[in-house]
Amino acid sequence: MQLQGFFKKPKNELEKGGRTPAGATAEVHAEPSEICPACKKAVSPGELWDNNLVCSCGHHFRMNARQRIDFIVDSGSFFEMDADLRGQDVIEFPGYDKKLKHARLASGEKEAVVCGTASIGGGACALFVMEPSFMMGSMGTVVGEKITRLFEYATARSLPVVGYTVSGGARMQEGILSLMQMAKTSGAVRRHSDAGNLYITVLTDPTTGGVTASFAMEGDIILAEPGALIGFAGPRVIEQTIRKKLPEGFQRAEFLVQRGFVDRIVPRADQKKMLARLLMLHERG
Amino acid sequence: MKTAYEKVQAARAKGRPSGIGFIKGIFTDFIELHGDRRFAEDSAIVGGIARLRDKPVTVIAMEKGSNTKEKVFRNFGSPNPEGYRKALRLMKQAEKFHRPVICFVDTSGAFCGIGAEERGQGQAIAENLVEMMGLRVPVIAILIGEGGSGGALALAVGDEVWMLENAFYSVISPEGCASILWKDAKRNKEAAECLKLTAADMKQMQVIEQIIQEDGLAFSEVFANLEEQLWNALEEKAHTDLDTLLAARYERFRKFGRLD
Repeated sequence: MQLQGFFKKPKNELEKGGRTPAGATAEVHAEPSEICPACKKAVSPGELWDNNLVCSCGHHFRMNARQRIDFIVDSGSFFEMDADLRGQDVIEFPGYDKKLKHARLASGEKEAVVCGTASIGGGACALFVMEPSFMMGSMGTVVGEKITRLFEYATARSLPVVGYTVSGGARMQEGILSLMQMAKTSGAVRRHSDAGNLYITVLTDPTTGGVTASFAMEGDIILAEPGALIGFAGPRVIEQTIRKKLPEGFQRAEFLVQRGFVDRIVPRADQKKMLARLLMLHERG
Repeated sequence: MKTAYEKVQAARAKGRPSGIGFIKGIFTDFIELHGDRRFAEDSAIVGGIARLRDKPVTVIAMEKGSNTKEKVFRNFGSPNPEGYRKALRLMKQAEKFHRPVICFVDTSGAFCGIGAEERGQGQAIAENLVEMMGLRVPVIAILIGEGGSGGALALAVGDEVWMLENAFYSVISPEGCASILWKDAKRNKEAAECLKLTAADMKQMQVIEQIIQEDGLAFSEVFANLEEQLWNALEEKAHTDLDTLLAARYERFRKFGRLD
């Protein structure tokens, strides 16, 4: 999250219309180098930017939703849906209104997921990408609603769904209605699946809690970014519960592959090609 | 009227009937079936076949245990992935034999530990949600004590969800919420109020169909009432076409946070 500052998307006019063209260039601020948490070396923001926020050592930095969309979809192919849906303080939770406002400012987004249609290497799909700088991608009613609508849209048109997850889990500030989004999205995934459609998830750092325990783990094919933390309970909670330090690499993407819960790890540079191949292999004639 | 936190205390109180208590109090001819056929048996979830009056049903209950020894054996009612997978196996079995499924939910949450993560706690819960959404038999879930987040929801996707008067249902425990909000788990009373977790809150938000009366009744009376209500509800569902039932189940959950 410390690098968040560089990654803000530009404030362009199109943003107001709720559509961001793929290929929009983001500003790179001349900020001092950051230290990569993996190799401990200094990396310049410009270099990182050119490399899709991957350090030369292979460490994948977190990425904002718009940036991901820009690098993953065919240029100009993304059409955003439900861009204006915004969270409401449904149970009048203390401080939530302020938190929402702050999250909107910090992320430049109205909510913690961006949804739309796109083509990836020529393959048409419905796409959702979660936003880490909006309350760490937590799932409240709007996130659940947007993802559900996307699946319903895709089901009606026999479109595959590609979803990038990053989330701390269900959003506490919306109480039980956040929890209900797990069942709601799962119902929409089920209908999409029953109709014979493909759903690919790409799990990114971190994917935890109620998102892991619902649509993140419901893909036909589950991919993950290298080193991504993926789990149900967060590592700190587990350490507090068992009063032990967790082993190195626990709950990382590589660990999940080994345990049989993720199909493949795909580095960022290869994701577009991999998604395109998978979409092509599932083309419905 | 109890405060939200008093409800939380009542739901956790010693001596409150646990999952097995509800099974014994409502059904006859219960035969427990063990194991997930994948990895292990999980004693935090009890399930099997029983009769509701003369009708065979599948019953699944979370069980916390009532004394220290039992609590340890039941892992304090916190299921591991194999518990959820056992429950799913029994639900699929119910589907095969056209038996309705009745789930009793009572857990502080899915177990949080190394083994649970290694064996895919998140995946196990996710799979239950997807499968229960499409299960082609009537499903009724009853929250009898603690409804602890995703670990509770994994047995609470049904055509109807009921809740005992002194049960609670929440996305996070009041203690967890208080430590996040105020860095102080001791402010759980305030957190309980903020979370809107009582049966009355659930009814108001349409998360449950009905509140099962407890106060002023002996548990034997609660069980007798539940038996009657379950019978009536299942009679009605037995006459509902399955596609209609599944469409209604989808809509039941689809409506939460629907924005127009």
